[in-house]
Amino acid sequence: MTAEPQTPADRPMVSIENVSKSYGHRQVLFDIDLAVAAGETVCLIGPSGCGKSTLLRCVNNLEDIDRGLVLVDGSLVGYRVHRGRLRELRENAACRQRTQVGMVFQHFNLFPHMTALENIAFAPVRVLGEDRTAARAHAQELLRSVGLADKADAYPSRLSGGQQQRVAIARALAMRPKVMLFDEPTSALDPELVGEVLNVMRDLAAGGMTMIVVTHEMGFAREVASRVVFMDAGRIVEQGPPHEVLGNPRHERSRAFLSAVLP
Amino acid sequence: MAEQISHPPGVTGAPRLTRQDAVPVRHYGRGVLAVLVVAVVALTAYAFAANPKIEWPVVGEYLFHPDIMAGLMRTLLMTALGMIFSVIGAVVVALMRMSPSRIISSTAAAYIFVFRGIPLILLLIFVGNLGLFMERITIGVPFTGLVLYSSPVQEVLTPFAASVIGLSLAGSGYMAEIVRGGLLAIGRGQRDAAKALGLNSLNTTRFIVLPQALRVIVPPMGNELISMLKATAIVSVIGGGDLLTVAQAISGANYRTIEMLLVAAVWYFAVIAVLTAVQYVLERRIAER
Repeated sequence: MTAEPQTPADRPMVSIENVSKSYGHRQVLFDIDLAVAAGETVCLIGPSGCGKSTLLRCVNNLEDIDRGLVLVDGSLVGYRVHRGRLRELRENAACRQRTQVGMVFQHFNLFPHMTALENIAFAPVRVLGEDRTAARAHAQELLRSVGLADKADAYPSRLSGGQQQRVAIARALAMRPKVMLFDEPTSALDPELVGEVLNVMRDLAAGGMTMIVVTHEMGFAREVASRVVFMDAGRIVEQGPPHEVLGNPRHERSRAFLSAVLP
Repeated sequence: MAEQISHPPGVTGAPRLTRQDAVPVRHYGRGVLAVLVVAVVALTAYAFAANPKIEWPVVGEYLFHPDIMAGLMRTLLMTALGMIFSVIGAVVVALMRMSPSRIISSTAAAYIFVFRGIPLILLLIFVGNLGLFMERITIGVPFTGLVLYSSPVQEVLTPFAASVIGLSLAGSGYMAEIVRGGLLAIGRGQRDAAKALGLNSLNTTRFIVLPQALRVIVPPMGNELISMLKATAIVSVIGGGDLLTVAQAISGANYRTIEMLLVAAVWYFAVIAVLTAVQYVLERRIAER
């Protein structure tokens, strides 16, 4: 969990290079460059609508990008190189690639017609072709690791928001991803349920998972992040260790934002 | 305030000022209306029951007549086949309608527009008389002269087949919109989550979206099934051999027009009562989760 300076030898786990994106005429990302090393936990912070979530969704190809490249563990996201040209991946190849990246959403997005266990075991069986019994055993183990061993047969509607989000994290982990993306994982939760989700994420970071977290939880960012990236209006304004960016922001925009959110 | 209420001015003797003793508002209008409604219903029922020109024993006599039974079976079969083909067609057309390809989606839109726009009776007569302008049905490879299958329309297109085709075309047009509404009711978050787990769009639709959409789709489909059952009566215009066709054929011979219609009506009611009960149970089970 250290933000070591990159040497050419250890290539970044996630590399975002010169990425721009527009929705119609409105440009939401401007030439973003960001590299995340293996085992790093990067927190993306910034005001609503600054493009953090869009950037996150670009990493696992849920959004098309207009310019620039994204690489995960050295391989291009959404494209392959063929005779010196980029070619867009066919659907199944793109799907196979997405399995390397786990994603957790603000509104959990659990499948309401499946139990907690089925939510977790479904994709490993269906997409990775894992053996059903093995996948269910793995799912049960993941449920235990997020503290929900007794909720295997519960449908999402019977779980609290915090429990649902922990199942969602377990579901993403079941694919054994190389990177985990969190899109405001605690924003839709009642305040007293935030802690249980952050604890799971803290354990995950301590276990060496590479994580990119869009969050408004400054306490979590300060404590767990190896690096904090502040974005505003589609650009990265500043980045660095949490105590610097959160404790002593250099830019006016980040100072204004942080003085509004920090207690 | 409380003291004032317990001793209102001008009240003598022991006042009874508890809520239990309060006099509720009397709805005289409702009472009068109820009596009127009951009277109208009773008189109408009496007009049928006691009409000397309707011979109820004849209704009872024909209720289980072999021809009526055969007609009822054909009506049920026609409804079942029409429903199966309609649902399959509706899912296909709804998915086409949502295709990113504009050509495919507008083809589906045109299909829905055409078959919802034509009155069913016209569609049935049209399909029933297809033989008037098409002589043979031929399946082959164009421009090669290779013929895989060919036979005269009149032979293949029996009134029963024409009925099922007409009902399916119209039904799939209506139901495609129901299916599409159900698919659209499932939020983008579900698709995002499935996609992020590496599911392709076919598996996402099949395992994630469709099962959830069923909740939204099944209740109106129950209504469509009941409509379909009643719509089968229209195929009597092309002699589809259904319950009403048979009932009318019998009345043509015995001149018991009203009695035969009542026989058919009793059976339609009976089947619809069963279907309504099934629909109720099904909706309850779906709502449970």
